[in-house]
Amino acid sequence: MFGFGILSGLIILPLVGAAFILLLRGESEAVLRNVRWTALLTTIITFLLSLYAWSLFDTHSADFQLVEQKAWLGSGIIYKLGVDGIAMPFVLLTTLLMPICILASWESITTRVKEYMVAFLVLETLMIGVFCALDLVLFYLFFEAGLIPMFLIIGVWGGKNRIYASFKFFLYTLLGSLLMLLAIMAMYGVAGTTDIVTLLKTSFPSSMQKWLWLAFFASFAVKMPMWPVHTWLPDAHVEAPTAGSVILAGILLKMGGYGFIRFSLPMFPEASQYFAPLVWTLSIIAIVYTSLVALVQEDMKKLIAYSSVAHMGFVTMGLFAMNAQGVQGAVFQMVSHGLVSGALFLCVGVVYDRLHTREISAYGGIVKNMPMYAFVMMLFTMANVGLPGTSGFVGEFLTLAGAFRANTWVAFFATTGVILSAGYALYLYRRVIFGVLDKPAVAAMKDLSAREIICLAPLLVLTIYYGIHPGPILEACAPAVDLLIKNYQTAIAAAKTAAVALH
Amino acid sequence: MYTAIVFLPLAGFLIAGIFGRQMGPRPAEVITTTFLMISALLSWVAFAQVGLGSAPATAPVLANWITSGTMKIDWALRIDTLTVVMLVVINTVSALVHLYSVGYMHEDPHRQRFFAYLSLFTFAMLMLVTADNLVQMFFGWEGVGLASYLLIGFWYEKPSANAAAIKAFVVNRVGDFGFALGIFMLFALTGSVSLDHIFAAAPGLAEKTVHVFGMDVNAMTMICLLLFMGAMGKSAQFLLHTWLPDAMEGPTPVSALIHAATMVTAGVFMVSRLSPLFETSPDALNIVIIFGATTAFFAATVGLVQNDIKRVIAYSTCSQLGYMFVACGAGAYNLAVFHLFTHAFFKALLFLGAGSVIHAMHHEQDMRRMGGLAKHIPITFWMMTIGTFALTGLPLTAGFFSKDAIIEAAFVAHRPAALYAFVMVVIAAGLTSFYSWRLVFLTFFGKERWAEDAHDAHGHDDHVHAVADDHAHDDHGHHKLEPHESPNVMLIPLYVLALGALFAGLLFKDYFIGDKMSAFWKQALFFGKDNKVLEEMHHVPAFVALVATYMMLIGLAVAVWFYIFSPDTPRKLAEQHRPLYLFFLNKWYFDELYDLIFVRPAFWLGRLFWKGGDGRIIDGLGPNGISARIDDLAGRVVKLQTGYIYHYAFAMMIGLAAIITWFMLGGVH
Repeated sequence: MFGFGILSGLIILPLVGAAFILLLRGESEAVLRNVRWTALLTTIITFLLSLYAWSLFDTHSADFQLVEQKAWLGSGIIYKLGVDGIAMPFVLLTTLLMPICILASWESITTRVKEYMVAFLVLETLMIGVFCALDLVLFYLFFEAGLIPMFLIIGVWGGKNRIYASFKFFLYTLLGSLLMLLAIMAMYGVAGTTDIVTLLKTSFPSSMQKWLWLAFFASFAVKMPMWPVHTWLPDAHVEAPTAGSVILAGILLKMGGYGFIRFSLPMFPEASQYFAPLVWTLSIIAIVYTSLVALVQEDMKKLIAYSSVAHMGFVTMGLFAMNAQGVQGAVFQMVSHGLVSGALFLCVGVVYDRLHTREISAYGGIVKNMPMYAFVMMLFTMANVGLPGTSGFVGEFLTLAGAFRANTWVAFFATTGVILSAGYALYLYRRVIFGVLDKPAVAAMKDLSAREIICLAPLLVLTIYYGIHPGPILEACAPAVDLLIKNYQTAIAAAKTAAVALH
Repeated sequence: MYTAIVFLPLAGFLIAGIFGRQMGPRPAEVITTTFLMISALLSWVAFAQVGLGSAPATAPVLANWITSGTMKIDWALRIDTLTVVMLVVINTVSALVHLYSVGYMHEDPHRQRFFAYLSLFTFAMLMLVTADNLVQMFFGWEGVGLASYLLIGFWYEKPSANAAAIKAFVVNRVGDFGFALGIFMLFALTGSVSLDHIFAAAPGLAEKTVHVFGMDVNAMTMICLLLFMGAMGKSAQFLLHTWLPDAMEGPTPVSALIHAATMVTAGVFMVSRLSPLFETSPDALNIVIIFGATTAFFAATVGLVQNDIKRVIAYSTCSQLGYMFVACGAGAYNLAVFHLFTHAFFKALLFLGAGSVIHAMHHEQDMRRMGGLAKHIPITFWMMTIGTFALTGLPLTAGFFSKDAIIEAAFVAHRPAALYAFVMVVIAAGLTSFYSWRLVFLTFFGKERWAEDAHDAHGHDDHVHAVADDHAHDDHGHHKLEPHESPNVMLIPLYVLALGALFAGLLFKDYFIGDKMSAFWKQALFFGKDNKVLEEMHHVPAFVALVATYMMLIGLAVAVWFYIFSPDTPRKLAEQHRPLYLFFLNKWYFDELYDLIFVRPAFWLGRLFWKGGDGRIIDGLGPNGISARIDDLAGRVVKLQTGYIYHYAFAMMIGLAAIITWFMLGGVH
């Protein structure tokens, strides 16, 4: 296709859809319907194309695949795309969640529909770009630009405090991204290229690694988000429209984790080892602290947002355990969390659309008039709690098993998270779903509509499927993770020998 | 066949769960119950083949579950004698409980859901006992926890039921915390979680000292204690027992199936299944015996003074589980499983009998409002009496063979705490007899206390009716209460269980703990070469062999005196020893204690972290503080509301411009 490969297709397709939407004129109902359908079809086609890419993908290889490369700016920067087994699941997760998001916004978004859909389609392009980019500058471009549509989505279609929320988001991200930019320049200075494949083979001087690591960490930790730079997330979630929350929790939070796997761990192995205790400490605090905070929330979305922070704590902990279970578990946990928390935010959206409040105390007893909803919510609550048989378990279990091998205390404290998560999740479920149905407004709510079922069903099926058979994801990332760990260990061993030789 | 045994309940669950609303309650009942009956029959066939016969133990792999690095976890069905014993117990009781529930729940509008949950529970339990690796066991372990949570909270409009459901799940998770860490530690040390691998590695680990949680400890002892913590949670042992009495908020058939016969015995099953590990760590077994004995005694004391008929039986279950752990701790795993086996029959019988009483009394559970029921519901009375005979260990009934043997095993056990355990279980035997007969006398003899205050009673049974506002059963509270015998569909399960309670001990004792034991168990359980408990048991002094029977008689005599001849004595005694009475009545104040040291602090900390940590410190010093400074600096000239996105875009453009310039220059070189 014009000399571009499938990955370029994935990146360009949503833009084509967006351009088409911009061409549509008028505000009549018919036009809006066309806008919605265009957005939906675009995202579905993108999803199908990503499935095709998946079918071409060789899961036995650790290399980057579907690579395409074009000269771009000056000497250094190239337009280079490619995916390995770590990136591929995220690409699929993105393309899967997008049609669901469009569907979820079908009726709830009534103002500036065109702009909304365009923002989402552009966002899709940028997110896919992050996971496909094989050039550092290209990655940076996608990584940072992706936040602009998110700002808009929160700022324009958000709730009452949307300005405060997007401001907070902005402040946090700004510092991180500037530092990362400096680090990228420094890396170019050393390696003379921004090609990620080359950079992965470059070894940076030990002293420099620490600074580079910290600069990247500043950016990724905010995106993750790790404690204590997490406070933007609950606010952003609360203010974002439902689909915005789904994307935020489902994809944007994964960019930080992906960044750690793609850059911090392989490019700065010595620094990663040096800073691992710091990351573990922050992860444990995130798990325990935010779980406790989640316990006392009165706003459904805030509660789920805090639980997301706790779940991301498992991811960072697993990543820096640096063994097969830890890293694979982290990748799996991210994908699973994308499905589960995305679905939970959809579930909140379902009742929010009906009652226009997220106050937990405004609900109660809705199992009676919404039994189907109660079932779906139960399933995702259990996946959130990490019940075996759901995808939530596999990630938690593997990251913890990996962490135990690295440091027993880390695993000890992190495992308390399984007790706390049961506490806050079931407490939420009890207050919303169980109890006496005595509020007339709540009693008047109807069960899931066909559209809502279509939104939730794929996530439900995948949550169970990956819970019982996580093979597809684990196998896909296994070779890449093995390579990552092998290189890491070689680098650490080399650094040790060097240190010994100096003495 | 094994696949059918395990997956038929799952099929029942799926059919009743998915199509339940369309097809109505009756087909859901019929399908789930029929599937369970088939499973139960097949289980007995498997029992005959693998246990009594000589069919080989197998562990066919169904599919791969998780593979990550060296960790390889399969879905498999491990079938050996221990498994088939559990299959028989689970499926028999479950099938009977399904059948019984058809009668017991006939007024409930959500029966489909109830039967679906029962079948789901059964499936999870079967996955637990057929696990060939610890993670699949964990799958079943948590699965039964989920089903238990759903069934305890079945009457979801009742706040106490919801609270009890959450409590059960969370307290079990505390145990699972240990279980999970145990699995991680085993994996870290042996590189595997599959049973055969870890059994093979066990002797090596027994000698090994590892540094874990900042201590240098014996690897195997640490692993066993962590795993035992899981068992304590599931089997409601001392300190983690608080959820079990509250779990009685669930419908009574649930109490019989889950909280008496099957799920709560999972801990005993786990320790027996992992006997190759525990056998190598006498220190861990000593802890097991201490916890078992303490639970046996503690729960029996609380059971003495409870007034809710189901709670008495619940504490009795707790206490009997303590006996099983004493047997495990003594190294007599087969004895523990034997008691598990017999206990399943008589305890399910007692619970279902209690359910029949409650049904007769229109959902009254307080024994103070019963009495004199023997002539109104004679069949139920006799069934309960048989259950009580078996529980208290009347010679030749089921409990006589298993429970008395445990007392003997405690006497000869080679553990530092063996004497303590022996004393505790002997005292507990007396207490058991007393509270069991107290239950029977209060319920079935004496004055008909329900006749005088049927109207007051109405306040206590709002749970069912709160849910089922629309059901036709509105005759009580308005009319005089007339206890009625339960329908046959409820009585038949009682007959079957009564047969088990009477004869299971006599029929199977040779296989489980007698002469045919090694042919029966084959390789399913492991006994260390120094483990001679089972031989020495037969050579105990005569007083040890008889003490259990004496205690039983003493308990009976006291109960007769207190509740037949001199009904005023217990009240006077309670007044004289008021602190002790309250201490027992309030279950040693564990709920209050835990609320004080765990629940409240958790919420308090949560609020502190939220308002103080996130709000005041992080946001106060971070974004909000910075924004306040920016406001000061900018003097609010810039309209911030509109600016952020442009700021951001602007900053990014500058950044990009800088980077591009850098590269352009770089290109010149």
